[in-house]
Amino acid sequence: MQTILKTEHVNKYFYEPQKFQVLKDINLEVRQGEFLSLVGKSGCGKSTLLYVISTMDTDYEGTLEINGMQLTGKTQNELARFRNEHIGFVFQFHFLLPEFSVLQNVMIPALKLGKYTEKEIEARAMEKLKLLGVEEHATKRASKLSGGQQQRVAIARALINDPAIIMGDEPTGNLDSYNSQVVFDMFRQITSEFGQTIITVTHDEEFAANSDRVVEMSDGMIIGSKANLRPEKQ
Amino acid sequence: MNLAFQIAKTHLYAKPRQTIVAMLGVTFGIAMFITMVSLMTGLNNFTEELTMTSTPDIRIYNDVTEPRPSILEEAFPKESGLKVVHHPKPKNETPKLRNAFQMAELLRKDPMVLGAAPLLTSQVFYNYGPVQLNGNIAGVDIMEEDKLFDLRSKIITGRLEDLLTSSDGILMGSGLARKLNMRTGDRVVITTPEGFTMTLKIIGTFQFGLGTIDNTKAYANIATVQKILQKDQSYITDINIKLRDINQAKPKAVELQRLFGYKAEDWETANATFLTGSIIRNILTYSVSITLLVVAGFGIYNILNMTIHNKMKDIAILKATGFGAADVRNIFMIQSLVIGFFGSIFGLILGLFFSYLVSLAPFNGGDFISIDHLPVNFNLKFYVIGLIFGLSTTAIAGFLPSRGAGKIDPIEIIRGQ
Ligand SMILES: Nc1ncnc2c1ncn2[C@@H]1O[C@H](COP(=O)(O)OP(=O)(O)OP(=O)(O)O)[C@@H](O)[C@H]1O
Ligand SMILES: [Mg+2]
Repeated sequence: MQTILKTEHVNKYFYEPQKFQVLKDINLEVRQGEFLSLVGKSGCGKSTLLYVISTMDTDYEGTLEINGMQLTGKTQNELARFRNEHIGFVFQFHFLLPEFSVLQNVMIPALKLGKYTEKEIEARAMEKLKLLGVEEHATKRASKLSGGQQQRVAIARALINDPAIIMGDEPTGNLDSYNSQVVFDMFRQITSEFGQTIITVTHDEEFAANSDRVVEMSDGMIIGSKANLRPEKQ
Repeated sequence: MNLAFQIAKTHLYAKPRQTIVAMLGVTFGIAMFITMVSLMTGLNNFTEELTMTSTPDIRIYNDVTEPRPSILEEAFPKESGLKVVHHPKPKNETPKLRNAFQMAELLRKDPMVLGAAPLLTSQVFYNYGPVQLNGNIAGVDIMEEDKLFDLRSKIITGRLEDLLTSSDGILMGSGLARKLNMRTGDRVVITTPEGFTMTLKIIGTFQFGLGTIDNTKAYANIATVQKILQKDQSYITDINIKLRDINQAKPKAVELQRLFGYKAEDWETANATFLTGSIIRNILTYSVSITLLVVAGFGIYNILNMTIHNKMKDIAILKATGFGAADVRNIFMIQSLVIGFFGSIFGLILGLFFSYLVSLAPFNGGDFISIDHLPVNFNLKFYVIGLIFGLSTTAIAGFLPSRGAGKIDPIEIIRGQ
């Protein structure tokens, strides 16, 4: 399996209120199709690391490479284009555009990319919504859905451009166990069937234990990486 | 761009009241501009036209008040030293133009000149019972004068031609005739300041629409006025000239003054006060309108800032999912321009409506100008300017907040949750 994401000696500092190193020499390598969980105590720097590898935060030392492309040093606009095509996001809070319909929310990143016609994009968006079991809400306003439904719509949006990597910052943090399971199954399916990579921060031990690999952080450092055996794959 | 447009549209529709309030600011600014500028330029044009119809493009006359070198200076031109002549006055100096008819003949041959009319004027008192009304009589070649001022269209009673065959006939201003309680066919007794008295016959009345003329002036043949003034047949004091191109008046006047050695005054100089008035009116119009638009601009600036503040989360999502700074900026810039565009269009329509109402409003010009409605200038040019004004105001007002929105750092907002 080839490497999809690689960081080398990533350091990051915060200067407010005083100088403090939040990420310490992070060397992370993620393989394509991997379902990776990032765990650790609150405040250890998981979210911060995720923002760095998602290309949104450019204020760090070291290098970041995704899909064989060096991303460190690129301009904000180049990175925005890159994110649009190669990275999907799922946040802890659902973060949909409240004034737009569910379908429009899913379509917008694809319309931005402009790879398909609007008709095709609409069909693809419906397909993703169906995959997540929320297609009957397609025409509703995004703000009218329940939390679990919104989270599934957000995942559909993350998938719309068939990104190489899907990143989540506690995507199940606000969901009940049933909806967490739905999201987990979805992620599982994406990695095994479509070969997409998942990197997600989680506090859910069961969720982490069922993913392919668990990377543990403490105090800004990676202190362990453990591959899980998955009996069902044998 | 199309996507940015769709997002902008959704934002505008989501907050209809806010959108409408922002638009109304622009609408009132533009409507006010259109109404004011239409009325002001309407007034300007109206008075300009009135003045133009009563002022020649160039007037040639003998300016006896012009300072001239004293005889002492002529006698000792080079010598330095103190030479004093206390307040010299012109002596034996009449306002007569020498060879006036030949000058007029010469002028008529000039290709730039449309008409040249020699004339002389006399101050007179019209006797009306025990009172005497002040006025003046111009002795003119009525046909030539008609070429200059289109007298024929201003005749109310009588005919121009009747004057040609009459030795004591006059055409009288309608206001004056009304004051004297006289009509065509009546006789009026005039007295000159020198004490000469004569009876004249009113053969017609005219109206320029300008009180200063209609209430004081009368036209007669040149010979009639020469008789009133008791002067010889070559006595002429003015030559009025009309040019083919009115804008050539200034340089032409300078040229004629050099050529004939008499004062030649162009219409702009003669009407300097009037022109200053119209400049002040224009300044007033534009400053009031720009003030209103600046206020509207601040309104848009505020509303856009508020929208952007409320949409921080949305902006963060858009940026996280691949929108660049320019894309986000465009979304809000479009909103501001859409507000500006529709606000301006409604403003133009409202402005047209207001100016139409103003043009219907009855207005009494009194003795000064004969006018019963306010003159309004419906000129497409102002509507184009209004649209440009509206769009540029909103573009400027929208630019800073929109650029700010483009620069928002998505992590800050996502982390802030
Ligand atoms: N903008 C900031 N300025 C200064 N310090 C910050 C900033 N953002 C985060 N930190 C600090 O950096 C450290 C890491 O924060 P981060 O959000 O990455 O933690 P986390 O591992 O995601 O925690 P949690 O599990 O609670 O989400 C924390 O100590 C936090 O206080
Ligand atoms: Mg976190």
